Amino acid sequence: MGKIVAVTGNEACAEALRQINPDVCAAYPITPATDLMQRFSSFVNDGKVDTELVLVESEHSAMSACIGAAAAGGRVGTATSSQGLALMWEMLYIAAGTRLPIIMPLVNRALSAPLNIHGDHSDGMGARDTGWIQFYSENAQEAYDNTIQAFRIGEHLDIRLPVMVCMDGFIVSHSIERVEYIEDADVKNFVGKFEAVNPLLDLDNPKSYGPLILTDLYHEYKRAQHEVMTKVPKVVLDVAAEFEKMTGRSYGLFETYRLDDAEMAVVVMSSAAGTTKDIIDQYRDRGVKIGLLKPRMFRPFPYQEIAEALQHVKAIAVLDRADSFGGYGPLFSEITGAVMSMNSKPAMINKIFGLGGRDYLPEQAEHVIDELIEIAKTGKVETVKEYIGVRE
Amino acid sequence: MTKAIEIRWHGRGGQGTVTAAKVLADACLSGGGYVQAFPEYGPERAGAPIRAFNRISDNVIRMYGPVLHPKVISIADATLMDAVNVTEGAPDDAIYVVNTSKDPKEVRAKLKAKDSQKVFAVDATKIALDSFGRPLPNSSMLGAICKATSVVDMDVLLENVKKSFGKKFAQKIIDGNLDATRRGYEEVKEG
Repeated sequence: MGKIVAVTGNEACAEALRQINPDVCAAYPITPATDLMQRFSSFVNDGKVDTELVLVESEHSAMSACIGAAAAGGRVGTATSSQGLALMWEMLYIAAGTRLPIIMPLVNRALSAPLNIHGDHSDGMGARDTGWIQFYSENAQEAYDNTIQAFRIGEHLDIRLPVMVCMDGFIVSHSIERVEYIEDADVKNFVGKFEAVNPLLDLDNPKSYGPLILTDLYHEYKRAQHEVMTKVPKVVLDVAAEFEKMTGRSYGLFETYRLDDAEMAVVVMSSAAGTTKDIIDQYRDRGVKIGLLKPRMFRPFPYQEIAEALQHVKAIAVLDRADSFGGYGPLFSEITGAVMSMNSKPAMINKIFGLGGRDYLPEQAEHVIDELIEIAKTGKVETVKEYIGVRE
Repeated sequence: MTKAIEIRWHGRGGQGTVTAAKVLADACLSGGGYVQAFPEYGPERAGAPIRAFNRISDNVIRMYGPVLHPKVISIADATLMDAVNVTEGAPDDAIYVVNTSKDPKEVRAKLKAKDSQKVFAVDATKIALDSFGRPLPNSSMLGAICKATSVVDMDVLLENVKKSFGKKFAQKIIDGNLDATRRGYEEVKEG
Protein backbone atom coordinates (compact mmCIF):
# COMPACT_ATOMS: atom_id res chain seq x y z
CA MET A 1 0.00 0.00 0.00
CA GLY A 2 1.16 3.49 -0.80
CA LYS A 3 1.61 6.46 1.46
CA ILE A 4 -1.42 8.18 2.99
CA VAL A 5 -1.11 11.96 2.94
CA ALA A 6 -3.14 15.11 3.55
CA VAL A 7 -2.79 17.12 0.34
CA THR A 8 -4.72 19.40 -2.00
CA GLY A 9 -6.12 18.24 -5.33
CA ASN A 10 -3.43 20.26 -7.12
CA GLU A 11 -0.71 18.70 -5.01
CA ALA A 12 -2.03 15.20 -5.71
CA CYS A 13 -2.09 15.79 -9.48
CA ALA A 14 1.41 17.25 -9.42
CA GLU A 15 2.53 14.13 -7.56
CA ALA A 16 0.92 11.93 -10.23
CA LEU A 17 2.83 13.86 -12.91
CA ARG A 18 6.06 13.43 -10.93
CA GLN A 19 5.51 9.69 -10.71
CA ILE A 20 4.73 9.45 -14.43
CA ASN A 21 7.69 11.62 -15.36
CA PRO A 22 6.55 12.88 -18.79
CA ASP A 23 9.13 13.76 -21.45
CA VAL A 24 7.83 17.28 -21.96
CA CYS A 25 5.46 19.56 -20.05
CA ALA A 26 4.49 23.09 -20.96
CA ALA A 27 3.24 25.51 -18.35
CA TYR A 28 1.60 28.89 -18.12
CA PRO A 29 0.11 29.96 -14.79
CA ILE A 30 -3.59 30.51 -14.22
CA THR A 31 -5.57 30.40 -10.98
CA PRO A 32 -6.50 27.87 -9.64
CA ALA A 33 -4.26 25.55 -11.70
CA THR A 34 -1.10 27.62 -11.12
CA ASP A 35 -0.19 25.77 -7.96
CA LEU A 36 -0.28 22.41 -9.78
CA MET A 37 2.35 23.22 -12.39
CA GLN A 38 4.29 25.31 -9.87
CA ARG A 39 4.68 22.21 -7.72
CA PHE A 40 5.61 20.19 -10.78
CA SER A 41 8.18 22.79 -11.82
CA SER A 42 9.79 22.34 -8.38
CA PHE A 43 10.15 18.63 -9.16
CA VAL A 44 11.84 19.58 -12.43
CA ASN A 45 14.09 22.05 -10.66
CA ASP A 46 15.01 19.56 -7.92
CA GLY A 47 15.86 16.87 -10.45
CA LYS A 48 13.00 14.61 -9.31
CA VAL A 49 11.88 14.16 -12.93
CA ASP A 50 13.64 14.21 -16.29
CA THR A 51 10.89 16.27 -17.87
CA GLU A 52 11.78 19.13 -20.15
CA LEU A 53 9.63 21.95 -18.84
CA VAL A 54 8.76 24.59 -21.40
CA LEU A 55 7.74 27.87 -19.78
CA VAL A 56 5.67 29.58 -22.42
CA GLU A 57 4.09 33.02 -22.82
CA SER A 58 0.42 31.97 -23.00
CA GLU A 59 -1.85 28.94 -22.87
CA HIS A 60 -2.15 29.01 -26.63
CA SER A 61 1.60 28.50 -26.69
CA ALA A 62 1.41 25.90 -23.91
CA MET A 63 -0.89 23.72 -25.97
CA SER A 64 1.13 24.43 -29.12
CA ALA A 65 4.31 23.29 -27.35
CA CYS A 66 2.52 20.15 -26.16
CA ILE A 67 1.32 19.43 -29.70
CA GLY A 68 4.84 19.84 -31.08
CA ALA A 69 6.37 17.68 -28.38
CA ALA A 70 3.72 14.97 -28.74
CA ALA A 71 4.10 14.89 -32.51
CA ALA A 72 7.86 14.69 -32.05
CA GLY A 73 7.24 11.46 -30.13
CA GLY A 74 7.14 12.40 -26.44
CA ARG A 75 4.90 11.68 -23.49
CA VAL A 76 3.38 15.08 -22.79
CA GLY A 77 1.29 16.90 -20.19
CA THR A 78 0.20 20.33 -19.01
CA ALA A 79 -2.53 21.81 -16.82
CA THR A 80 -4.83 24.80 -17.02
CA SER A 81 -8.09 26.47 -15.98
CA SER A 82 -10.82 28.72 -17.30
CA GLN A 83 -9.49 31.54 -19.51
CA GLY A 84 -6.38 29.46 -20.06
CA LEU A 85 -8.42 26.67 -21.59
CA ALA A 86 -10.39 29.25 -23.56
CA LEU A 87 -7.17 30.64 -25.00
CA MET A 88 -6.11 27.10 -25.95
CA TRP A 89 -9.35 26.55 -27.82
CA GLU A 90 -7.98 26.51 -31.35
CA MET A 91 -5.11 24.20 -30.34
CA LEU A 92 -7.38 21.80 -28.45
CA TYR A 93 -9.00 20.78 -31.73
CA ILE A 94 -5.60 20.38 -33.34
CA ALA A 95 -4.34 18.15 -30.51
CA ALA A 96 -7.37 15.88 -30.85
CA GLY A 97 -7.60 16.00 -34.64
CA THR A 98 -3.91 15.09 -34.89
CA ARG A 99 -4.54 12.21 -32.44
CA LEU A 100 -1.93 13.31 -29.91
CA PRO A 101 -2.27 11.80 -26.43
CA ILE A 102 -1.64 14.94 -24.35
CA ILE A 103 -2.78 14.64 -20.74
CA MET A 104 -4.13 17.78 -19.08
CA PRO A 105 -5.56 18.26 -15.60
CA LEU A 106 -8.22 20.96 -15.94
CA VAL A 107 -8.94 22.74 -12.68
CA ASN A 108 -12.51 23.81 -13.41
CA ARG A 109 -13.16 27.51 -13.04
CA ALA A 110 -15.77 30.02 -14.19
CA LEU A 111 -15.30 32.07 -17.35
CA SER A 112 -15.24 35.86 -17.64
CA ALA A 113 -17.10 38.24 -17.75
CA PRO A 114 -17.51 39.11 -14.95
CA LEU A 115 -14.09 38.02 -13.78
CA ASN A 116 -14.31 35.17 -11.27
CA ILE A 117 -11.60 32.78 -10.14
CA HIS A 118 -13.82 30.16 -8.49
CA GLY A 119 -15.01 26.75 -9.50
CA ASP A 120 -17.65 25.80 -12.04
CA HIS A 121 -17.69 23.64 -15.15
CA SER A 122 -18.10 26.36 -17.80
CA ASP A 123 -14.54 25.89 -19.03
CA GLY A 124 -14.69 22.11 -19.44
CA MET A 125 -18.17 22.15 -20.96
CA GLY A 126 -17.00 24.68 -23.52
CA ALA A 127 -14.38 22.15 -24.62
CA ARG A 128 -16.96 19.38 -24.94
CA ASP A 129 -16.75 19.18 -28.72
CA THR A 130 -12.99 19.52 -29.14
CA GLY A 131 -12.44 15.78 -29.47
CA TRP A 132 -10.75 15.40 -26.08
CA ILE A 133 -11.67 12.62 -23.68
CA GLN A 134 -13.00 14.19 -20.47
CA PHE A 135 -13.10 12.87 -16.93
CA TYR A 136 -14.60 14.69 -13.94
CA SER A 137 -13.29 13.94 -10.44
CA GLU A 138 -15.21 14.17 -7.18
CA ASN A 139 -12.22 14.66 -4.90
CA ALA A 140 -8.44 14.81 -4.77
CA GLN A 141 -8.12 11.01 -4.73
CA GLU A 142 -10.12 10.71 -7.93
CA ALA A 143 -8.19 13.55 -9.56
CA TYR A 144 -4.94 11.72 -8.75
CA ASP A 145 -6.25 8.31 -9.83
CA ASN A 146 -7.83 9.70 -13.01
CA THR A 147 -4.61 11.47 -13.98
CA ILE A 148 -2.67 8.22 -13.78
CA GLN A 149 -5.33 6.28 -15.68
CA ALA A 150 -5.59 9.07 -18.29
CA PHE A 151 -2.07 8.36 -19.53
CA ARG A 152 -2.94 4.72 -20.13
CA ILE A 153 -6.23 5.59 -21.84
CA GLY A 154 -5.01 8.45 -24.03
CA GLU A 155 -1.83 6.63 -25.05
CA HIS A 156 -3.58 3.32 -25.80
CA LEU A 157 -2.69 2.30 -29.33
CA ASP A 158 -6.37 1.95 -30.30
CA ILE A 159 -7.12 5.44 -28.97
CA ARG A 160 -4.28 8.02 -29.18
CA LEU A 161 -6.36 10.97 -28.00
CA PRO A 162 -5.77 13.82 -25.58
CA VAL A 163 -7.44 13.59 -22.15
CA MET A 164 -8.69 16.27 -19.77
CA VAL A 165 -8.88 15.33 -16.11
CA CYS A 166 -11.19 17.80 -14.38
CA MET A 167 -11.49 18.70 -10.72
CA ASP A 168 -13.41 21.53 -9.07
CA GLY A 169 -11.36 24.71 -8.71
CA PHE A 170 -10.61 25.61 -5.07
CA ILE A 171 -13.25 23.19 -3.73
CA VAL A 172 -10.93 20.29 -4.58
CA SER A 173 -7.82 21.93 -6.03
CA HIS A 174 -7.10 23.91 -2.86
CA SER A 175 -8.72 21.78 -0.14
CA ILE A 176 -6.49 19.54 1.88
CA GLU A 177 -7.84 16.03 2.22
CA ARG A 178 -6.77 12.45 2.70
CA VAL A 179 -5.23 10.88 -0.39
CA GLU A 180 -3.63 7.50 -0.78
CA TYR A 181 -0.63 7.67 -3.07
CA ILE A 182 0.51 4.68 -5.08
CA GLU A 183 4.14 3.61 -4.87
CA ASP A 184 6.36 5.25 -7.51
CA ALA A 185 7.40 1.91 -8.98
CA ASP A 186 3.78 0.76 -9.27
CA VAL A 187 2.73 3.95 -11.09
CA LYS A 188 5.71 3.64 -13.40
CA ASN A 189 4.87 0.04 -14.09
CA PHE A 190 1.16 0.82 -14.57
CA VAL A 191 1.60 3.59 -17.14
CA GLY A 192 4.40 1.64 -18.85
CA LYS A 193 6.89 2.83 -21.37
CA PHE A 194 5.64 5.45 -23.82
CA GLU A 195 5.22 4.16 -27.33
CA ALA A 196 5.66 6.84 -29.95
CA VAL A 197 3.48 6.49 -33.04
CA ASN A 198 4.78 8.15 -36.19
CA PRO A 199 7.22 10.41 -34.32
CA LEU A 200 8.52 13.41 -36.21
CA LEU A 201 11.94 12.82 -34.67
CA ASP A 202 12.27 9.48 -36.48
CA LEU A 203 14.32 11.19 -39.15
CA ASP A 204 14.85 8.04 -41.20
CA ASN A 205 11.12 7.87 -41.80
CA PRO A 206 10.00 11.43 -42.47
CA LYS A 207 6.36 12.31 -41.93
CA SER A 208 4.09 15.24 -42.31
CA TYR A 209 1.63 16.49 -39.65
CA GLY A 210 -1.24 18.92 -40.12
CA PRO A 211 -2.09 18.41 -43.76
CA LEU A 212 -4.73 20.25 -45.74
CA ILE A 213 -7.74 18.02 -46.35
CA LEU A 214 -10.64 19.61 -48.15
CA THR A 215 -13.96 18.31 -49.37
CA ASP A 216 -12.38 15.09 -50.58
CA LEU A 217 -11.70 13.44 -47.18
CA TYR A 218 -12.30 15.88 -44.29
CA HIS A 219 -15.78 14.42 -43.71
CA GLU A 220 -14.35 10.89 -43.49
CA TYR A 221 -11.55 12.10 -41.21
CA LYS A 222 -14.09 13.49 -38.75
CA ARG A 223 -16.13 10.31 -38.90
CA ALA A 224 -12.96 8.41 -38.01
CA GLN A 225 -12.52 10.68 -34.97
CA HIS A 226 -16.02 9.77 -33.83
CA GLU A 227 -15.30 6.08 -34.46
CA VAL A 228 -12.24 6.11 -32.25
CA MET A 229 -14.32 7.68 -29.48
CA THR A 230 -16.65 4.67 -29.60
CA LYS A 231 -13.66 2.48 -28.65
CA VAL A 232 -12.83 4.58 -25.60
CA PRO A 233 -15.33 3.12 -23.07
CA LYS A 234 -13.89 -0.39 -23.33
CA VAL A 235 -10.34 0.88 -22.86
CA VAL A 236 -11.47 3.01 -19.90
CA LEU A 237 -13.04 -0.04 -18.25
CA ASP A 238 -10.03 -2.27 -18.99
CA VAL A 239 -7.66 0.29 -17.51
CA ALA A 240 -9.99 0.74 -14.51
CA ALA A 241 -10.01 -3.03 -13.89
CA GLU A 242 -6.23 -3.11 -13.89
CA PHE A 243 -6.14 -0.05 -11.67
CA GLU A 244 -8.49 -1.69 -9.20
CA LYS A 245 -6.24 -4.74 -9.06
CA MET A 246 -3.36 -2.48 -8.11
CA THR A 247 -5.13 -0.14 -5.67
CA GLY A 248 -8.44 -1.71 -4.66
CA ARG A 249 -10.17 1.47 -5.86
CA SER A 250 -12.84 0.85 -8.45
CA TYR A 251 -13.80 3.15 -11.32
CA GLY A 252 -16.38 2.92 -14.09
CA LEU A 253 -17.74 5.18 -16.79
CA PHE A 254 -19.93 6.61 -14.04
CA GLU A 255 -20.62 5.87 -10.41
CA THR A 256 -23.98 4.94 -8.94
CA TYR A 257 -24.89 5.43 -5.32
CA ARG A 258 -27.93 3.71 -3.75
CA LEU A 259 -29.48 3.72 -7.21
CA ASP A 260 -30.38 0.03 -7.68
CA ASP A 261 -33.76 0.20 -5.92
CA ALA A 262 -34.23 3.97 -6.25
CA GLU A 263 -37.45 5.54 -7.53
CA MET A 264 -35.76 8.91 -8.01
CA ALA A 265 -32.28 9.92 -9.01
CA VAL A 266 -30.02 12.94 -8.80
CA VAL A 267 -27.42 13.16 -11.57
CA VAL A 268 -24.51 15.41 -10.68
CA MET A 269 -20.75 15.50 -11.30
CA SER A 270 -17.63 16.26 -9.29
CA SER A 271 -17.47 17.49 -5.69
CA ALA A 272 -21.21 18.22 -5.49
CA ALA A 273 -21.80 14.47 -5.86
CA GLY A 274 -20.04 13.89 -2.54
CA THR A 275 -22.22 16.40 -0.70
CA THR A 276 -25.32 14.94 -2.37
CA LYS A 277 -24.44 11.40 -1.20
CA ASP A 278 -24.51 12.57 2.42
CA ILE A 279 -27.97 14.08 1.91
CA ILE A 280 -29.19 10.95 0.11
CA ASP A 281 -28.21 8.93 3.18
CA GLN A 282 -30.40 11.18 5.32
CA TYR A 283 -33.41 10.67 3.03
CA ARG A 284 -32.73 6.93 2.81
CA ASP A 285 -32.82 6.80 6.63
CA ARG A 286 -36.35 8.20 6.34
CA GLY A 287 -37.29 5.55 3.77
CA VAL A 288 -37.13 7.78 0.67
CA LYS A 289 -35.95 5.75 -2.31
CA ILE A 290 -33.48 8.17 -3.79
CA GLY A 291 -30.17 7.41 -5.49
CA LEU A 292 -27.39 9.16 -7.37
CA LEU A 293 -25.56 8.82 -10.65
CA LYS A 294 -22.27 10.61 -11.05
CA PRO A 295 -20.84 10.66 -14.58
CA ARG A 296 -17.07 10.24 -14.53
CA MET A 297 -16.48 10.15 -18.27
CA PHE A 298 -18.25 13.05 -20.00
CA ARG A 299 -16.62 12.56 -23.40
CA PRO A 300 -17.31 10.14 -24.90
CA PHE A 301 -20.67 10.13 -23.11
CA PRO A 302 -21.95 6.66 -22.18
CA TYR A 303 -25.60 7.17 -23.21
CA GLN A 304 -26.60 3.51 -23.37
CA GLU A 305 -24.98 2.49 -20.10
CA ILE A 306 -26.48 5.46 -18.26
CA ALA A 307 -29.91 4.76 -19.73
CA GLU A 308 -29.70 1.22 -18.36
CA ALA A 309 -28.68 2.46 -14.93
CA LEU A 310 -31.54 4.98 -14.79
CA GLN A 311 -34.29 3.05 -16.58
CA HIS A 312 -36.20 2.10 -13.40
CA VAL A 313 -36.52 5.60 -11.89
CA LYS A 314 -39.64 7.76 -12.16
CA ALA A 315 -38.02 11.16 -11.77
CA ILE A 316 -34.55 12.55 -12.40
CA ALA A 317 -32.97 15.84 -11.34
CA VAL A 318 -29.87 16.76 -13.32
CA LEU A 319 -27.63 19.30 -11.61
CA ASP A 320 -25.39 21.36 -13.87
CA ARG A 321 -22.48 23.45 -12.62
CA ALA A 322 -22.45 25.21 -16.00
CA ASP A 323 -25.08 26.76 -18.17
CA SER A 324 -25.99 27.12 -21.79
CA PHE A 325 -27.74 30.47 -21.87
CA GLY A 326 -31.00 30.06 -23.68
CA GLY A 327 -30.65 26.29 -23.50
CA TYR A 328 -30.62 23.52 -20.94
CA GLY A 329 -27.53 22.75 -18.87
CA PRO A 330 -24.98 20.63 -20.76
CA LEU A 331 -25.26 17.57 -18.49
CA PHE A 332 -29.07 17.73 -18.67
CA SER A 333 -28.90 17.66 -22.46
CA GLU A 334 -26.77 14.50 -22.32
CA ILE A 335 -29.06 12.78 -19.85
CA THR A 336 -32.11 13.57 -21.98
CA GLY A 337 -30.13 12.06 -24.85
CA ALA A 338 -29.65 8.91 -22.78
CA VAL A 339 -33.30 8.80 -21.68
CA MET A 340 -34.43 8.92 -25.31
CA SER A 341 -33.73 5.20 -25.66
CA MET A 342 -35.84 4.23 -22.63
CA ASN A 343 -39.24 2.64 -23.09
CA SER A 344 -40.92 4.51 -20.28
CA LYS A 345 -39.47 7.95 -19.83
CA PRO A 346 -38.92 9.48 -16.41
CA ALA A 347 -39.92 13.05 -15.55
CA MET A 348 -36.87 15.30 -15.62
CA ILE A 349 -35.79 18.60 -14.13
CA ASN A 350 -32.60 20.61 -14.60
CA LYS A 351 -31.02 22.68 -11.83
CA ILE A 352 -28.19 25.09 -12.48
CA PHE A 353 -26.07 25.44 -9.33
CA GLY A 354 -22.78 26.67 -7.99
CA LEU A 355 -21.72 29.04 -10.77
CA GLY A 356 -18.57 31.02 -10.02
CA GLY A 357 -17.98 29.00 -6.87
CA ARG A 358 -21.37 29.66 -5.21
CA ASP A 359 -21.47 27.10 -2.40
CA TYR A 360 -23.55 23.99 -3.03
CA LEU A 361 -25.09 23.57 0.41
CA PRO A 362 -26.96 20.59 1.87
CA GLU A 363 -30.22 22.57 1.86
CA GLN A 364 -30.01 22.92 -1.92
CA ALA A 365 -29.76 19.15 -2.31
CA GLU A 366 -32.70 18.79 0.11
CA HIS A 367 -34.88 21.17 -1.93
CA VAL A 368 -34.07 19.24 -5.10
CA ILE A 369 -34.93 15.90 -3.52
CA ASP A 370 -38.15 17.30 -1.99
CA GLU A 371 -39.18 18.49 -5.44
CA LEU A 372 -38.33 15.08 -6.94
CA ILE A 373 -40.52 13.35 -4.34
CA GLU A 374 -43.42 15.56 -5.41
CA ILE A 375 -42.76 14.98 -9.11
CA ALA A 376 -42.50 11.21 -8.64
CA LYS A 377 -45.90 11.33 -6.89
CA THR A 378 -47.73 13.49 -9.41
CA GLY A 379 -45.70 13.01 -12.57
CA LYS A 380 -45.98 16.77 -13.12
CA VAL A 381 -43.02 19.03 -13.85
CA GLU A 382 -43.69 22.73 -13.26
CA THR A 383 -40.43 24.23 -14.52
CA VAL A 384 -37.80 22.21 -16.34
CA LYS A 385 -34.81 24.49 -15.84
CA GLU A 386 -34.19 26.55 -12.75
CA TYR A 387 -31.29 28.19 -10.93
CA ILE A 388 -30.84 27.04 -7.32
CA GLY A 389 -28.93 28.68 -4.49
CA VAL A 390 -29.82 32.10 -5.87
CA ARG A 391 -29.67 35.14 -3.56
CA GLU A 392 -32.98 36.94 -3.71
CA MET B 1 -24.00 11.73 7.27
CA THR B 2 -20.88 10.35 8.81
CA LYS B 3 -20.00 11.51 12.29
CA ALA B 4 -17.41 14.20 11.99
CA ILE B 5 -15.95 16.90 14.14
CA GLU B 6 -16.17 20.16 12.27
CA ILE B 7 -14.05 23.16 13.16
CA ARG B 8 -14.28 26.78 12.07
CA TRP B 9 -11.26 29.02 12.47
CA HIS B 10 -11.54 32.79 12.68
CA GLY B 11 -8.33 34.70 12.20
CA ARG B 12 -6.78 37.60 10.39
CA GLY B 13 -4.76 37.29 7.19
CA GLY B 14 -1.09 36.71 8.03
CA GLN B 15 -1.64 35.18 11.48
CA GLY B 16 -1.07 31.61 10.37
CA THR B 17 -4.69 30.51 10.81
CA VAL B 18 -4.77 28.55 7.56
CA THR B 19 -1.46 26.90 8.47
CA ALA B 20 -2.96 25.90 11.81
CA ALA B 21 -5.90 24.21 10.04
CA LYS B 22 -3.41 22.38 7.81
CA VAL B 23 -1.26 21.22 10.72
CA LEU B 24 -4.35 19.96 12.55
CA ALA B 25 -5.42 18.04 9.43
CA ASP B 26 -1.97 16.47 9.15
CA ALA B 27 -2.01 15.54 12.83
CA CYS B 28 -5.47 13.97 12.64
CA LEU B 29 -4.46 12.10 9.49
CA SER B 30 -1.45 10.56 11.21
CA GLY B 31 -3.88 9.58 13.95
CA GLY B 32 -5.59 7.41 11.31
CA GLY B 33 -8.62 9.57 10.46
CA TYR B 34 -10.05 11.22 7.39
CA VAL B 35 -9.51 14.96 7.18
CA GLN B 36 -10.32 18.13 5.30
CA ALA B 37 -8.73 21.55 5.71
CA PHE B 38 -9.65 24.53 3.59
CA PRO B 39 -9.81 28.28 3.85
CA GLU B 40 -12.54 30.50 2.53
CA TYR B 41 -10.99 32.18 -0.48
CA GLY B 42 -11.50 35.86 -0.98
CA PRO B 43 -9.29 38.83 -1.55
CA GLU B 44 -6.23 37.88 0.51
CA ARG B 45 -5.02 40.84 2.51
CA ALA B 46 -2.94 40.92 5.66
CA GLY B 47 -5.16 41.78 8.61
CA ALA B 48 -8.48 41.05 6.92
CA PRO B 49 -10.82 38.67 8.73
CA ILE B 50 -10.52 35.16 7.29
CA ARG B 51 -12.19 31.84 7.98
CA ALA B 52 -10.82 28.36 7.59
CA PHE B 53 -12.41 25.00 8.20
CA ASN B 54 -11.58 21.46 9.26
CA ARG B 55 -13.59 18.29 9.02
CA ILE B 56 -12.22 15.31 10.90
CA SER B 57 -13.85 11.90 10.85
CA ASP B 58 -13.26 8.18 11.27
CA ASN B 59 -15.07 7.67 7.98
CA VAL B 60 -14.68 8.98 4.44
CA ILE B 61 -15.59 12.67 4.22
CA ARG B 62 -17.75 13.43 1.19
CA MET B 63 -19.22 16.77 2.20
CA TYR B 64 -17.74 19.81 0.46
CA GLY B 65 -18.47 23.43 1.17
CA PRO B 66 -18.21 25.51 4.31
CA VAL B 67 -18.81 24.09 7.76
CA LEU B 68 -22.21 25.48 8.78
CA HIS B 69 -22.52 24.10 12.32
CA PRO B 70 -19.01 23.91 13.78
CA LYS B 71 -18.59 21.89 16.95
CA VAL B 72 -15.37 23.78 17.59
CA ILE B 73 -14.89 27.50 16.96
CA SER B 74 -11.35 28.77 17.22
CA ILE B 75 -10.92 32.53 17.43
CA ALA B 76 -7.28 33.44 16.87
CA ASP B 77 -7.87 37.18 17.30
CA ALA B 78 -10.22 38.41 20.04
CA THR B 79 -11.05 41.63 18.17
CA LEU B 80 -12.92 39.48 15.65
CA MET B 81 -15.64 38.96 18.25
CA ASP B 82 -16.63 42.57 17.53
CA ALA B 83 -15.98 42.44 13.78
CA VAL B 84 -17.69 39.26 12.53
CA ASN B 85 -20.42 36.94 13.75
CA VAL B 86 -18.23 34.26 15.32
CA THR B 87 -21.19 32.43 16.90
CA GLU B 88 -23.00 31.85 13.59
CA GLY B 89 -24.35 28.30 13.34
CA ALA B 90 -22.83 27.21 16.66
CA PRO B 91 -24.63 24.15 18.02
CA ASP B 92 -25.71 23.87 21.68
CA ASP B 93 -22.63 21.81 22.47
CA ALA B 94 -20.16 24.09 20.68
CA ILE B 95 -16.68 24.60 22.10
CA TYR B 96 -15.12 28.05 21.75
CA VAL B 97 -11.35 28.50 22.04
CA VAL B 98 -10.38 32.17 22.13
CA ASN B 99 -6.98 33.84 22.00
CA THR B 100 -7.27 36.51 24.69
CA SER B 101 -5.60 37.77 27.83
CA LYS B 102 -9.03 38.09 29.43
CA ASP B 103 -10.61 35.69 31.86
CA PRO B 104 -12.63 32.92 30.18
CA LYS B 105 -15.75 33.98 32.15
CA GLU B 106 -15.55 37.44 30.58
CA VAL B 107 -15.23 35.84 27.15
CA ARG B 108 -18.24 33.64 27.88
CA ALA B 109 -20.30 36.74 28.69
CA LYS B 110 -19.05 38.51 25.59
CA LEU B 111 -19.99 35.56 23.37
CA LYS B 112 -23.33 35.16 25.18
CA ALA B 113 -22.51 31.46 25.20
CA LYS B 114 -25.19 29.05 26.39
CA ASP B 115 -24.60 26.97 29.54
CA SER B 116 -24.30 23.88 27.35
CA GLN B 117 -21.50 25.48 25.32
CA LYS B 118 -17.91 25.44 26.53
CA VAL B 119 -15.65 28.47 26.44
CA PHE B 120 -11.87 28.27 26.68
CA ALA B 121 -9.42 31.15 26.80
CA VAL B 122 -5.69 31.17 26.21
CA ASP B 123 -3.26 34.06 25.85
CA ALA B 124 -1.87 32.58 22.65
CA THR B 125 -0.21 35.76 21.38
CA LYS B 126 1.70 36.28 24.63
CA ILE B 127 2.83 32.65 24.60
CA ALA B 128 4.01 33.08 21.00
CA LEU B 129 5.94 36.24 21.88
CA ASP B 130 7.56 34.46 24.84
CA SER B 131 8.38 31.35 22.84
CA PHE B 132 9.69 32.65 19.54
CA GLY B 133 9.34 36.41 19.63
CA ARG B 134 6.60 36.87 17.02
CA PRO B 135 2.88 37.50 17.58
CA LEU B 136 1.73 34.42 15.62
CA PRO B 137 -0.78 32.57 17.78
CA ASN B 138 -1.37 29.44 15.67
CA SER B 139 0.88 26.98 17.53
CA SER B 140 -0.40 27.93 20.97
CA MET B 141 -3.98 27.85 19.63
CA LEU B 142 -3.38 24.32 18.35
CA GLY B 143 -2.18 23.24 21.79
CA ALA B 144 -5.22 24.85 23.40
CA ILE B 145 -7.61 23.20 20.94
CA CYS B 146 -5.95 19.86 21.58
CA LYS B 147 -6.63 20.26 25.31
CA ALA B 148 -10.15 21.62 24.88
CA THR B 149 -11.38 19.05 22.37
CA SER B 150 -9.11 15.95 22.61
CA VAL B 151 -9.54 15.77 18.84
CA VAL B 152 -5.96 14.57 18.51
CA ASP B 153 -3.25 13.11 20.69
CA MET B 154 -0.83 15.79 21.95
CA ASP B 155 2.29 13.80 20.96
CA VAL B 156 0.97 13.39 17.42
CA LEU B 157 0.18 17.11 17.27
CA LEU B 158 3.68 18.05 18.42
CA GLU B 159 5.20 15.74 15.83
CA ASN B 160 3.19 17.47 13.10
CA VAL B 161 3.99 20.98 14.33
CA LYS B 162 7.64 19.97 14.13
CA LYS B 163 7.18 18.52 10.64
CA SER B 164 5.27 21.55 9.38
CA PHE B 165 7.71 24.16 10.67
CA GLY B 166 10.69 21.93 9.92
CA LYS B 167 10.17 22.43 6.20
CA LYS B 168 10.76 26.15 6.25
CA PHE B 169 12.29 27.34 9.50
CA ALA B 170 15.42 27.22 11.63
CA GLN B 171 15.65 24.93 14.65
CA LYS B 172 15.14 27.86 17.03
CA ILE B 173 11.77 28.69 15.47
CA ILE B 174 10.73 25.02 15.42
CA ASP B 175 11.60 24.65 19.11
CA GLY B 176 9.79 27.90 19.88
CA ASN B 177 6.64 26.68 18.17
CA LEU B 178 6.79 23.31 19.93
CA ASP B 179 7.13 25.16 23.21
CA ALA B 180 4.18 27.41 22.29
CA THR B 181 2.05 24.37 21.44
CA ARG B 182 2.85 22.77 24.80
CA ARG B 183 2.15 25.98 26.70
CA GLY B 184 -1.14 26.50 24.84
CA TYR B 185 -2.13 23.03 26.00
CA GLU B 186 -1.10 23.67 29.59
CA GLU B 187 -2.31 27.24 30.01
CA VAL B 188 -5.74 27.17 28.36
CA LYS B 189 -8.52 27.79 30.91
CA GLU B 190 -12.19 26.93 30.82
CA GLY B 191 -14.73 29.39 32.14
